[in-house]
Amino acid sequence: MQLPDPEQLLSQLASALKPRLRANTALVGIHSGGAWVAQQLRQRLGGTLPLGTLDISFYRDDFSSVGLHPQVRPSDIAFAMDDAHIILIDDVLHTGRTVRAAMNELFDYGRPAAIELLVLIDRGGRELPITADLVGAHLDLAPNQNIQVTLDPNNNLKLSLHER
Amino acid sequence: MKIHIKNGRLIDPKNNFDGVTDIYLAAGKVAALGQAPDGFTANREIDARNLIVAPGFIDLAARLREPGYEYLATLESEMQAAVAGGVTRLVCPPDTDPVLDEPGLVEMLKHRAKSLNQAHVYPLGALTQGLAGKVLTEMAELHDAGCIGFSHANAPLIDTTLLMRAMQYAATFGFTVWLRPEDPFLAKGGIAHDGEVATRLGLAGIPACAESIALATILTLMRETGARVHICRLSSRAGVELVRQAKADGLPVTCDISINHAHLCDMDIGYFDSNANLIPPLRDQRDRDALRAGLVSGVVDVLCSDHTPVDENAKQVPFGEAEAGATGLELLLPLALKWAIEQKISLSAALAKITCEPARILGLDAGHLSVGHNADLCLFDPAAHWRVAAPALKSQGKNTPFLGYEMLGKVRMTLVSGHVVYES
Amino acid sequence: MTPNPQLSEDGALRHLLTIEGLSAKLIHSILDTAESFVSVGEREVKKVPLLRGKSIFNLFFEPSTRTRTTFEIAAKRLSADVVNLNVSASSQSKGETLLDTVDNLAAMGADMFVVRHAQSGAAHLIARHVAPHIHVVNAGDGRHAHPTQGLLDMFTIRRYKQDFTKLKVAIVGDVMHSRVARSEIHALTTLGVPEVRVIAPRTLLPTGVEALGVHVYNDMLQGLKDVDVVMMLRLQNERMSGPFLPSAQEYFKSYGLTADKLQLAKPDAIVMHPGPMNRGVEIDSSVADGGQAVILPQVTYGIAVRMAVMSMLAGTQ
Repeated sequence: MQLPDPEQLLSQLASALKPRLRANTALVGIHSGGAWVAQQLRQRLGGTLPLGTLDISFYRDDFSSVGLHPQVRPSDIAFAMDDAHIILIDDVLHTGRTVRAAMNELFDYGRPAAIELLVLIDRGGRELPITADLVGAHLDLAPNQNIQVTLDPNNNLKLSLHER
Repeated sequence: MKIHIKNGRLIDPKNNFDGVTDIYLAAGKVAALGQAPDGFTANREIDARNLIVAPGFIDLAARLREPGYEYLATLESEMQAAVAGGVTRLVCPPDTDPVLDEPGLVEMLKHRAKSLNQAHVYPLGALTQGLAGKVLTEMAELHDAGCIGFSHANAPLIDTTLLMRAMQYAATFGFTVWLRPEDPFLAKGGIAHDGEVATRLGLAGIPACAESIALATILTLMRETGARVHICRLSSRAGVELVRQAKADGLPVTCDISINHAHLCDMDIGYFDSNANLIPPLRDQRDRDALRAGLVSGVVDVLCSDHTPVDENAKQVPFGEAEAGATGLELLLPLALKWAIEQKISLSAALAKITCEPARILGLDAGHLSVGHNADLCLFDPAAHWRVAAPALKSQGKNTPFLGYEMLGKVRMTLVSGHVVYES
Repeated sequence: MTPNPQLSEDGALRHLLTIEGLSAKLIHSILDTAESFVSVGEREVKKVPLLRGKSIFNLFFEPSTRTRTTFEIAAKRLSADVVNLNVSASSQSKGETLLDTVDNLAAMGADMFVVRHAQSGAAHLIARHVAPHIHVVNAGDGRHAHPTQGLLDMFTIRRYKQDFTKLKVAIVGDVMHSRVARSEIHALTTLGVPEVRVIAPRTLLPTGVEALGVHVYNDMLQGLKDVDVVMMLRLQNERMSGPFLPSAQEYFKSYGLTADKLQLAKPDAIVMHPGPMNRGVEIDSSVADGGQAVILPQVTYGIAVRMAVMSMLAGTQ
């Protein structure tokens, strides 16, 4: 399968996002891939938008079977959540459970005016009624396939396909 | 009952005998060794091939829990445990309920034990009434009733004047006083040896000097009173050194260590194992090594089981709340053998510590197999392995720090006065 | 000998009974997790749904308001259901054994026990006894261990000093009777603090304390020189006058932390105390209320650290 170029996807997403920005818009990236995407988008949009990160470890639905992730990082929301327009950003949208957890966490910070979901890759396989508002690329993957977003040594996004 | 025991390896430390030979028993005594007596027809032939035939063991400390503590163990169960462990004579301390301070109680106990027709029981009488440390007991009466000596068990004896008078009184009649040396003030509240392990585990400690201070007092009073004393359950290297010096000075002192102290130290408390809660506490490795060496050199005269059956529930509590004590009658032989192997001591020298040496301390004609003398025997397999676990023990006390250990040495048969009282 | 019941077969933390035996890596991961919970504590909604539906029983055989309260807050912030049981000595003497009490509570659906008991080893006993799905947190057993206190103290030091491998730390006071001291010593030595000092009169130092990896000082003026962290221990009332010490006044004179004595430490040294403080006995008010004391932050961090511990345990299968 030919994987898309992340730089191209980011450019497209930045262009698509620009007209949707409001006065109260803030970007929130979900650790770790979503945070990298959010960081890159923020740069392309002038580098001034408020940026937050979320670690959803405490909101996951699989705690009973999987336990606490060994590497929990603090969430960092430095701006006021009440009445904010949040662009929630993740790298890969799959079952939708991560986004569900992230939204629950956002609401523990306050009551946002609106949330829009932006993802770099939508790979299908939804298990919850969740749809992204802005998608970089749709990829149709088999259940045993996995797409990973990483950072290369120059801090650029890199896509890779894995098979279980 | 005429019994012929053949093919066994007879080890009799007192008579310096170690070899494969035949043994002939009749009328409760050893009739002959080697050659059958004229006209001897055995009622029973016992093939002791690959077994060791030794004099029945003599245990200087075994709590039978009667009278008064029948919920912990009964005479029946503990006497079974004794003969299953090859023990044919045992001494029981006076800390029963009521305390053995009345001749009637002693007679009753002796009578009960005798009727079971198993091991011989030698009760120690209480040194003071109720073990309260205030008034002397009627030692002469108690002796007539069957007490082999007088002890203060684990009860504190604070009043030194009383201790001195008790020793003088006992000395008047030539009775031996049995004392476990421990200064009650230094021991108060303590549950483990005061050392690095107790510090790490946060357990209140009893310093070794609690033993040496009390022992020094006892030895000094021995010089003053001329009393004969048996020191019970030494636990420290300082204690061993004091006894060594006292013996060198010619004092009539003897002493014992328990099977637990011969092998274990405070590290064996592990993660708060209540089975390692013992009186006296298990001290450090150097103390343990000094006790073992003392047994080799003879400063420590004998090994005893210190058999103390405890209710399982009394151990299933935090360490500091547990009742102290461990079962031991059935571990006396294997732990004596283990000590011998580790210290590279001959089987004969090891068996002496649980046969003729205790007999010497008790002044009994026992602990040996000589023609014309009483026939108490233990036949055991020195190569048999068994695991220490509740089902393997006949005693009602199932708790010991050796739970789960592999033991070497299994009793196959025990005879008292020429009768088979146990066979496996 | 019984195996260490604290760790599961694959080395995960099944119970938290003592800091002894935990690796530096594990301790740091607990502290890292606690960092996240600190930021939760700074939000409007201080709850996360992590332990929703779980029942945590605070089983306190020794009275304690502050420790029990912080555990309760921590559990509630994890959305767990909390039951507080203050078992007084008299109800214990009515015959129900510790393990019977535990069994009864387990039958009521307990997922986790937070236990404080006057006997060293009590938490170990319970941990060995409970079913595999139940976790035990030791909130203090006799004089043996108070691991969450040790961990929150390490969290505090890490926050203010960052690198453990460059520190001199002094623990002052009744080390002999202190479970806090033992836990602190294990934590500091495991995390690589090159010099851990204990400062106390000989009557308050347990036998062989050096074997725990500490330097012993009887003279506080010597012991405080150049230290980066001063950890004060509470002196219990019953120890103030008797075979251990003649009086609180004399204790304060030689071993109380005053502003003058604090000058001997590094200028940026921090002063810690597990609480509650005896002002004028182990610590002077001017120091307790002064700029170098981090005693109140310790309390805040205590909630985050306990949240971290409880969530890590609850997540272990």
